[in-house]
Amino acid sequence: MRPFLYERPTSVSAAIAMASHLEARHVAPTQANTQFIAGGTNLADYMKLGVAQPERLLDLNELAEPALRQIETNDDTIRFGALVRMGEAADNNEVRRRCPLLADSLKFAASGQLRNMASLAGNILQRTRCEYFRETSWPCNKREPGSGCAAMEGVNRQHAVLGVSDACIATYHGDFAQALIALDAVVEVEGRRGPRKIPFAGLHRLPGDTPNIETDLAADEVIVAIEVPLGAWSRRSRYLKIRDRESYAFALASAAVALEMDGNTVRQARIALGGVATVPWRARAAEDALRGNALDDKTAAAAAEAAFADARPREHNAFKIPLGKRTLVRALLETRDMKV
Amino acid sequence: MNQAAPVPKENQGQPVVRIDGRLKVTGQASYPADIATANVAYGALATSSIARGKVSKLHTDDARAVPGVLDIITYGDMDQTDTPKFGNTGASSIAPLHDKTIFHDGQIIALVVAETFEAAEEASMLIRADYEDEPPSASFDSKGVKVEPAAGKSPMLQEDVKAGDFDAAYASAAVKIDQKYSTPTQHHNPIELFSTTAMWQGDQLTVHEPSQNVTGWKIELARQLKVDPANVRIVSPYVGGAFGSKGPMTARTAIVAVAARRVGRPVRCVVSRMQAFNTQTYRAETRHRIRIGASKDGRITAFGHEGWEVTSRPDPYVVGGTSATGRMYNYGSVLTHVSVVHADRNTPGYMRSPPETPYVYALENAMDEMAVALGMDPVEFRRINEPEREPIGGKPFSSRSLVKCYDQAAEAFGWSKRNAVVGSMREGDWLVGMGCATAIYPTASAPCAARVRLTADGQVRVQCGSHEIGTGVRTVAGQMAAERLGIGMDKISVEMGDSALPPAPVSGGSISTASVCSAVLKACDAVRAKLFAAAVAGDGPLAGSGNAKLEMEQEKIVASGGKSAKLSDVFKAMQIGAIEEYAEFAPKGSTPEALKKLYAGQAEFHGGDQDKDSVKYAFGAEFVEVRVNSYTREIRVPRVVGAFAAGRIMNTRTARSQLMGGMIWGIGQALHEATEIDRRNARYVNRDLQDYLVPVNADIKQVDVILVPEVDLDVNPAGVKGLGELGNVGTAAAVASAVYHATGKRIRDLPIRIDDLIS
Repeated sequence: MRPFLYERPTSVSAAIAMASHLEARHVAPTQANTQFIAGGTNLADYMKLGVAQPERLLDLNELAEPALRQIETNDDTIRFGALVRMGEAADNNEVRRRCPLLADSLKFAASGQLRNMASLAGNILQRTRCEYFRETSWPCNKREPGSGCAAMEGVNRQHAVLGVSDACIATYHGDFAQALIALDAVVEVEGRRGPRKIPFAGLHRLPGDTPNIETDLAADEVIVAIEVPLGAWSRRSRYLKIRDRESYAFALASAAVALEMDGNTVRQARIALGGVATVPWRARAAEDALRGNALDDKTAAAAAEAAFADARPREHNAFKIPLGKRTLVRALLETRDMKV
Repeated sequence: MNQAAPVPKENQGQPVVRIDGRLKVTGQASYPADIATANVAYGALATSSIARGKVSKLHTDDARAVPGVLDIITYGDMDQTDTPKFGNTGASSIAPLHDKTIFHDGQIIALVVAETFEAAEEASMLIRADYEDEPPSASFDSKGVKVEPAAGKSPMLQEDVKAGDFDAAYASAAVKIDQKYSTPTQHHNPIELFSTTAMWQGDQLTVHEPSQNVTGWKIELARQLKVDPANVRIVSPYVGGAFGSKGPMTARTAIVAVAARRVGRPVRCVVSRMQAFNTQTYRAETRHRIRIGASKDGRITAFGHEGWEVTSRPDPYVVGGTSATGRMYNYGSVLTHVSVVHADRNTPGYMRSPPETPYVYALENAMDEMAVALGMDPVEFRRINEPEREPIGGKPFSSRSLVKCYDQAAEAFGWSKRNAVVGSMREGDWLVGMGCATAIYPTASAPCAARVRLTADGQVRVQCGSHEIGTGVRTVAGQMAAERLGIGMDKISVEMGDSALPPAPVSGGSISTASVCSAVLKACDAVRAKLFAAAVAGDGPLAGSGNAKLEMEQEKIVASGGKSAKLSDVFKAMQIGAIEEYAEFAPKGSTPEALKKLYAGQAEFHGGDQDKDSVKYAFGAEFVEVRVNSYTREIRVPRVVGAFAAGRIMNTRTARSQLMGGMIWGIGQALHEATEIDRRNARYVNRDLQDYLVPVNADIKQVDVILVPEVDLDVNPAGVKGLGELGNVGTAAAVASAVYHATGKRIRDLPIRIDDLIS
């Protein structure tokens, strides 16, 4: 690990001011010299490995604003402060009662120890765990733009089949983000240019030619809250995560599903897919396929086909296509059958 | 009932609590990298990023400029030492800093020494090398690998075993299979990282390093450093997981010792998890072709087992598990052949049951396939092929309780409730599958020395240079002394893991309990003899009991007539404060040089298939239930039952723990563990516990261990068969058979993952 400066701002405005230097305007947050840290479960790991090399860390854990650590629930929204730990949110009874999808996406992520450390905002910004990204001796367009992609023709069982580009096939591994994108969450951000709200679907960027640019955030912007609208679909919601072992593993495929039903007919389906895409992945085509139809094995299978119509497999990850489809089918049927 | 402490049955010792258990779970046990050392400097390795070629230039200026860097050990700096050797105590003949040739990915190219760990790490990442690289050969099927017959290349496989006319028997068999199986590359990943701490005091060198072979390492390190072995001491009081990985000494140990001499300070180098994949040993991938022929009524007439194993370019590391598979059943005819495949890889090494884990996996998966082909119950198929004598040499088994193991495990598991029709058992959305397999491990022992001291106040100290690698050997050695000397465990102390103690063999091959306990038994008996002689002497407290049978219990000497004398009174009569006895144990059949070799750090193994009079193995039967989701095909293992017979069980608690841990590892081998290799570059890709998966608690539900009573006085004086490497043999085959039963898919290549079942 390289030596770095470590500072602890005590307010959001101070944090932004400390991060606002010339460079912050034109460099991706992950490549800036000054970076924010909260739980540190991702960044500290990557700093030890030399993948991330910030010269200065701003630790957000001393920020004084109480709302950053609160979960506010009311009839039509749940608002999570950015510094709420994953474990707290997963164990919150109101969150679970109002929207099981949110609670389960957190509960099935990482390990108990990591959930106790990791902040919610940090979690949604977690970087890929692509083995070739993690180790600096491999070429990687995300880590070193233009150096190439070792995963493309390498060991790519974990890699994405949706949202891939010729430059990058790294999977976005987060679980919570799948719930948030399915539920049309809004990310509240503060920065040098003032506060703004980003629809969750607009937060992450597809890799395209610039996999090094991962989000829409500027280097001097801080997420302060995540707001999740509630509705008729919230209680009938579920997160199904399929992985190589029962706990503490990334999804090979996952499905976030929330359903608004009229009897057996789908009024509205909200679907996101994890473990299979380069970014949090809303499966709009699958939602469209279900809208207004009865939900049964056949329609669920048709929706799953639609969800993976554009999938592009590599040598070792083709199984993710049938697995992803079946995961979605199972999640849809299990969500349909929930007693709410 | 306390599951962790099974009630002892016939020929089974008490479930005595581990004497170091509390220390370990409260963090008070000091592992080698924990030993407090004044003025220590820190070492960090720099390793190659290519697998084959030459270092043409090494750039160390940036690294040297890091504040706190004291020294960088690299090419030229080891020239005054001898190169490492492969075999016995040496992991590999690859001598990384003697030679600029790169034999494998992640080969050591430098050791940075700095004031702090952080500075050493930072500097090590700044070392860059220019390479003349060549295209490497990664594994089987890679261009450029060298394939050769393995027999005779390694002491692990003297010859390809065979019996009868396989070709004729197989050709005429009524029912036959011919299938290929494989096991992946696996790395031990003990939780305690690999480390070396070297310190010199004048010409005396002390090395703290987790080790399964302190005596062997002392000799080998002295040879490499060209110093007198008497001046070298290896200390390893606790080992946080070894399983073979800490058996052979690697090149790092001498490099750190040289660094410590150069900087004039103790140097501690803890190897990162990633670097351990390349600088330590591992289980290489294997391939198998199994042919079995049988009559229609299920009697095997022909067994063929061909194996292929990967090793490094220079070293013929071979496991050759055909010795065990060739003796497993009553085959009629046997034909085996093992080949070794040299690739651009680091040299593999011992990993828990090195030959049996891959080879018996292949055999037992094939046995299940054969039972299916015969339309026969897999337990019954094994039962009717139970041999009277082993088929290769026609020797009897010293004992063999496999059928008993099957009976007891099948009963506890509820095998009779299994519907043999594939895919017929379901619970909701989950397919249920049940499978079984045989576990086998050779029973060996080796020469061992021990010192036992008994003081007048009833305190016992046992000293033996064996190694507590988590097996509980320190506890069972104490138990042996406690039983023999009639002293409570609370008054027993046991010292191990130090080359200054009486030498013990490498803690490998499941020989430790048998070897150590036999030596401790001998030392205790010498103590007893002195006490008994004094007690019955004319002026002794038991004078006149000369013809009585004497025993020691509760700090007394008790005569068969009922008279007894307190230990303290016997000592008083002897006018001494302590008796100390040093004993050397050598197994039956040992060569005249066996004990001399013990002091030279070379273990002479006896038992297994080596003895003239009989073959010696421990056996077990394992039953597994799996659930496979009918939609998403993930595999779960809710239940495992294993029954094992291994002669005298010294301690039912530690034995159960070993066997349970073995079966859990077996589940991991079946479903999780695999080192992924980037074949373009011959490089390991998943060098961390994020991507190298092992089971977590949530994966392991019910694991039942049945200890089947067995008496075998032929194996060694303690009557003990090693069982540390028994539990994980066969488990993966039982899982594969259960997956077949659930899904109808026969998976022959481990690990079995969703990928295999989804399409």
